[in-house]
Amino acid sequence: MADVVRVVAADDPVRPLFSPAGELTADARGTLGLSPDELRDLYHKMVWIRRTDQEALNLQRQGELGLWGPYQGQEAIHVGTVAALRPTDWIFPSYREFGMGMCRGIDPAEMLTLFRGLSHGPWDPRRYHFAPLVIPVASQVPHAVGMAMGSRFKHGDDVVLSTFGDGATSKGDWHEAMNFAGVFRAPVVFLCQNNRWAISVPLAKQTAGSIAERAQGYGFPGIRIDGNDVLAVLAAVRAAAARARQGDGPYLIEAMTYRMGPHTTSDDPTRYRSETDLERWNVKDPIPRYREWLQGQGLIDEASLAAINREVETAVEATRNRLKSAPVPAAGEAIFGRVYQHPPDSFLEERQEFESSLESN
Amino acid sequence: MEPVTMAKAINLSLRDALAGDDDVLVFGEDVGTLGGVFRITDGLQKAFGSDRVFDTPLAESAIIGICIGLALRGFKPVPEIQFDGFIYPAFDQIVSHVAKYRNRTGVSMPITIRVPFGGRIGAVEHHSESPEAYFTHTAGLKVVAPSTPGDAYALLQSAIADPDPVIFFEPKARYYLKEEIDTAKEVPIGQARVARGGSGVTVIAYGPTVGIALDAAKAAEKENISLEVIDLRSLSPLDMPTILASLQKTHRAIVVHEAPVFGGFGGEIVARIADDGFDLLEAPIARIGGMDTPYPPARYEKLYLPDVDRILEAADLALAYG
Repeated sequence: MADVVRVVAADDPVRPLFSPAGELTADARGTLGLSPDELRDLYHKMVWIRRTDQEALNLQRQGELGLWGPYQGQEAIHVGTVAALRPTDWIFPSYREFGMGMCRGIDPAEMLTLFRGLSHGPWDPRRYHFAPLVIPVASQVPHAVGMAMGSRFKHGDDVVLSTFGDGATSKGDWHEAMNFAGVFRAPVVFLCQNNRWAISVPLAKQTAGSIAERAQGYGFPGIRIDGNDVLAVLAAVRAAAARARQGDGPYLIEAMTYRMGPHTTSDDPTRYRSETDLERWNVKDPIPRYREWLQGQGLIDEASLAAINREVETAVEATRNRLKSAPVPAAGEAIFGRVYQHPPDSFLEERQEFESSLESN
Repeated sequence: MEPVTMAKAINLSLRDALAGDDDVLVFGEDVGTLGGVFRITDGLQKAFGSDRVFDTPLAESAIIGICIGLALRGFKPVPEIQFDGFIYPAFDQIVSHVAKYRNRTGVSMPITIRVPFGGRIGAVEHHSESPEAYFTHTAGLKVVAPSTPGDAYALLQSAIADPDPVIFFEPKARYYLKEEIDTAKEVPIGQARVARGGSGVTVIAYGPTVGIALDAAKAAEKENISLEVIDLRSLSPLDMPTILASLQKTHRAIVVHEAPVFGGFGGEIVARIADDGFDLLEAPIARIGGMDTPYPPARYEKLYLPDVDRILEAADLALAYG
């Protein structure tokens, strides 16, 4: 069996940072090297993306959005991940990583046009190194591996982050992508946001074993961590990305969290889960938890908390206004405009017929 | 230039594309060291290195899925799906992403997916299929199927240079057909060719059935029946002007493909003729194809596939109509 890659402890720079239970150790927390401003900014971003999430939920209820998929409870992962990466490192999200996109600098009003029925994702992924929100579960994971293989072929110093939920790990694409990554030693960090629910199906019915430990079978290390601790996420992603950057290949992080809201606004979680489960996770809510830690460290006071809330309210109001005044693209362009770079004549004729029919109506 | 087989012509086309553009990558199952099960990629890894021509794990969905990330980074991936019947695991990646990614993001996907297709090779199940209609039905893709070495060379150049994704179907029964090729000749996507001029009935074919159609035209000539054979080369987009120009002469048409007739690509051709050339027709259009069954065991494939006799019979009926 000499051909089989054995994952050894020396090859795992993430594990020493964590307790066996997946908690970031006090030592590791103390050596992150983040300035007080940077530490406060993580908090600010979590509050901002949560408040935007709530606003999107309201906008959906008011009929301004067709659908919304809340990410409440997963903010530590969204913020910690982006903070751990360089802006040139690509992120390949699933559909729930709206907050990650915000942290990457994409205008939330622009992203919300997707849920307003005006676009399928309007931003240029190359500008933000942030791929489109992908809806078919796990199908984005091979895309991330392709990008990482490309980084290796071009001798780039960027790495790729591929994120997905626990449900995605049941899919064939997930397995194929993990296997490719191992074989090609691609510089990719796999980040499973294990929020314990795939719509109504709980983790226990989704998978019988450990997700993190599956990495061994693909020839690289994996770890399960506390995904509701923003600094734990940041530390794990940073160490795994540094390892990938120096050419040591992929890493799998299973970040344990909880989907506090419904799957989407079309879902009704009261049909399949109890309040007590939610209450148990409310205690671990990443935002108050981190706020208390900052307060305990003397890094944030009431005045700065109030200032953050004011800034966030202003930002959210501006987002709402930008969304409501977002131009509605002309139908011909919206439907036909981006399908082909070199559209066939017959396609252009169909567009022309459609546009003339609009004019004559 | 010495006559070359279609297999060699495709090999030369890949070689020229790799040499002409550092962003072209060739990969798939067994395409590296072995040079492909049909030897289409023979010698390419040796010439261009294993970062540009490489074997992948046996996983069609990921073979196509990685193309998205590679294309976002500026590469021009040219993956091979080993056989027609193995493309289905990649169907989701092709339909949900390869075809739709530009529409979603505005970023072009210059991906050319090579697929040996069609029957008449005496193979076991899953090695003789004609899945083209699944892809012609998908907006965002272009679908081509050459029938000669020269067209295979040139059309592959056009496909790789095209900024949009192209499904490139190679008629494997014609891999070893030889002809002299002119590598300077261009064949743009979307242009059919008249493979043989005639005046009585137009026979519309592509890929593996072009040879059968030409054989039928030769046989018909002995009976003083003149068949014009159109080799579509490109299924999507479809060259309707060439088809309609032929119907101006013949007023009769037969469509021939190996795929089952029901829901097959021939239906689209017939419907387009009905839309744009109804007044030209003097007889119903015949569709000749595989039966509406799964591809049969090899012993029976000759009975299943279109042949010269079925084309001649349809031509007789078309000429006798009315």
